[in-house]
Amino acid sequence: MERNPMRRQLAVMRQSLFDQGYLDEQFVQLEELQDDANPNFVEEVVTLYYRDSARLILNVEQALERKPFDFNKLDGYMHQFKGSSSSIGAKKVKAESTLFREYCKSGNGEGCMRTFQQLKKEYATLRKKLEAYFQLARQAGPMETACHPK
Amino acid sequence: MSTASSSAAWKAGDVVPDRFPAGLRVLVVDDDPTCLMILEKMLRTCLYEVTKCNRAETALSMLRENKNGFDIVISDVHMPDMDGFKLLEHIGLEMDLPVIMMSADDGKHVVMKGVTHGACDYLIKPVRIEALKNIWQHVVRKWKNEWKDFEQSGSVEEGDRQQKQSEDADYSSSANEGNWKSSKKRKDDEDETDERDDSSTLKKPRVVWSVELHQQFVAAVNQLGIDKAVPKKILELMNVPGLTRENVASHLQKYRLYLRRLSGVSQHQNSFMSHQEETFGPLSSLNGLDLQTLAATGQLPAESLATLQAAGLGRSTAKSGVPMALVDQRNIFSFENPKLRFGEGQQQHINGNNKQINLLHGIPMTMEPKQLVGLHHTAQSIGNVNMQVTSHGAQSGQNNSLLMQMGQPQSRGHILNDATVGHAPRLLSSMGQPILSNGIAANVSTRNRIPENIRAPGYNPVSQASSMLNFPMNHASELPGNILPLGSTPGMSSLTSKGTFQEDVNSEIKGSGGFMPSYDIFNDLNQHKPQSWELQNVSMTSDASQRSNSLQGNLDLTQSVLVQQGISSGQMNGQNRSAAVVSKAMCSAGDFSEQRNAQNVNQHFNTLLVDNTIRVKSEIVADVSPANLFPDHFGQEDLMSALLKQQEGIAPAENEFDFDGYSMDNIPE
Repeated sequence: MERNPMRRQLAVMRQSLFDQGYLDEQFVQLEELQDDANPNFVEEVVTLYYRDSARLILNVEQALERKPFDFNKLDGYMHQFKGSSSSIGAKKVKAESTLFREYCKSGNGEGCMRTFQQLKKEYATLRKKLEAYFQLARQAGPMETACHPK
Repeated sequence: MSTASSSAAWKAGDVVPDRFPAGLRVLVVDDDPTCLMILEKMLRTCLYEVTKCNRAETALSMLRENKNGFDIVISDVHMPDMDGFKLLEHIGLEMDLPVIMMSADDGKHVVMKGVTHGACDYLIKPVRIEALKNIWQHVVRKWKNEWKDFEQSGSVEEGDRQQKQSEDADYSSSANEGNWKSSKKRKDDEDETDERDDSSTLKKPRVVWSVELHQQFVAAVNQLGIDKAVPKKILELMNVPGLTRENVASHLQKYRLYLRRLSGVSQHQNSFMSHQEETFGPLSSLNGLDLQTLAATGQLPAESLATLQAAGLGRSTAKSGVPMALVDQRNIFSFENPKLRFGEGQQQHINGNNKQINLLHGIPMTMEPKQLVGLHHTAQSIGNVNMQVTSHGAQSGQNNSLLMQMGQPQSRGHILNDATVGHAPRLLSSMGQPILSNGIAANVSTRNRIPENIRAPGYNPVSQASSMLNFPMNHASELPGNILPLGSTPGMSSLTSKGTFQEDVNSEIKGSGGFMPSYDIFNDLNQHKPQSWELQNVSMTSDASQRSNSLQGNLDLTQSVLVQQGISSGQMNGQNRSAAVVSKAMCSAGDFSEQRNAQNVNQHFNTLLVDNTIRVKSEIVADVSPANLFPDHFGQEDLMSALLKQQEGIAPAENEFDFDGYSMDNIPE
């Protein structure tokens, strides 16, 4: 149990991210990789993710503006995006990507567009939450080994 | 890195440095920077020496520059500049390093592709550190295999096999040990690592080439064209999960040998045969048989040989059903020759067959004495069938033996089925007797002939038949149902399924597919050969007439088979004295007659049967050359096809095959 109230707050925040389904077990894997050599590893990875995935989001955005939809291309982008998202444990974002791919496979343009909007929302929400989380983490100081949510 | 230097040392032995796997030099390739960063961190945590790369081209040049700079490569499947599988191939060819593929895609297809392209493992993203902890096993495995190969490079075959094993082992870390799952296994790591590490190099990840599998293989090869059939493409066409390119490659090698044998059937093949024999056992002993004779007699048309081959090897029904039978026949012949001692000079026929016989020999092994007893009906008939097929007296005998042999491993009944290929299904169905009848009939007919002709060890055919028959025979009580069981066996099934002879042939061949597994069985058979010989001899000794009688008495099926046979064998020069007897009995089959003129059967039943069998045999023999590889299959299928062919009116085989030599002792009275 965290002695520091900030730490406690951090722990609560972290737990809620898991409980609400924003993050999954993969995030814990990242946390476990964090050590003295890389004390901010998780944050670094997440930052890298958002930077790199922005490119993919843009690609999809542009592809959806071209009609008719090139479902293969869309699926390709989303495949990459899904891989990235899953590697940081972005659970909801990953779920939306999967759904998007389903629509691509079935050639459902409407479904694609709808899902993409939802995906962007989740993507943005997670970003905000994680940013807040990391900010607090920096303020709270080095964290002890995280308790795994599951 | 200690790994670099130590790897050489490790190769030499099983000793692995204590700090291993620490220091393992890993090259990770992924265009996704997030994944790359995470992987690098994970691998570092495992104490590996990591080099990361976000482009395949860069990775390849890195590897080329420093061939010994890495121990293992982990690569993503989807990359912009080069497909991951392509990179995998390059690495495998140029550097022969173990490569692990990764992807968020866990579809069976993709994973399979990894396997077929030679990846030693496949990880599903997101990758967990646990999965990476054990990747070192792939490196060790490879070393061990190489070491093993090095040690055993002396013996060709052995080395060959060893190589295959190691390749298999190496390539299927997760899929190894007969477990063809991919990433799943890998994920289970901990347990697997140990057992895999211990056993991977020790155990042989053998793929049992079942009839179905072989058929698929042959179909793929035919589709590609034998010249263009490369293991990779065959593998892709076959699309069998868990099958590696190595498996296909070695199988293809054997298949090619088989084909060569078929086309070049003649004494010269002996060398080939002997080679085969290693695998299949001392079939050469059959040499006494007239396979040679058979072959020589030219009974076996080249094409039939080819078909037989096809039949034998891949049981692909693609070719006429006969081919299979022929092939089997041939095989049978080869086996039979020595065994059957076709006095009548059948031996000559079977020159080429001898080779095959060898294969067959292996097969008969499986026949247990008791089985033989039970089978002798069947066996006899089968043998007869075989014999008949050959159309030559000798040949038929051989056929029988071949058949028998073939049938042995499987379920004797199979042979029956095969033999009766045409008949069986019909007979059975109509008779209510399962293929047995067909098989039996076939056997019966052959029996008749054989006993007369083949006194020799040819019993094998009988025994085989018995074995084949046994299969159904055992269930004889429930023949109707029994025969089906035969059918169930790979070989047998074909019989049952076929309604018409012709169809049967094909189906039988397929059914014979059951024999495919015999590939392995074959080897086993070889060991058992001795016993089968005994059994066979026993059966052979009995008088043909007795046999026919017994055949009749014992098996309704037999009768029906015979009848069938008789009908089909019409063409064969029946010397079946007993055949006549048998045919009478067979006539009762009635149903069979529909297949061929039953009436004829009666009279000529024996003859027909014999003829047919012989004929079929001869043809089969001719065709069956490399069938050795799958003696089991062939035996049955060939027989069947041979039979079928016979039925179709194959030119009367000059089998002087008579059943004399056939002891119908097996036929349970």
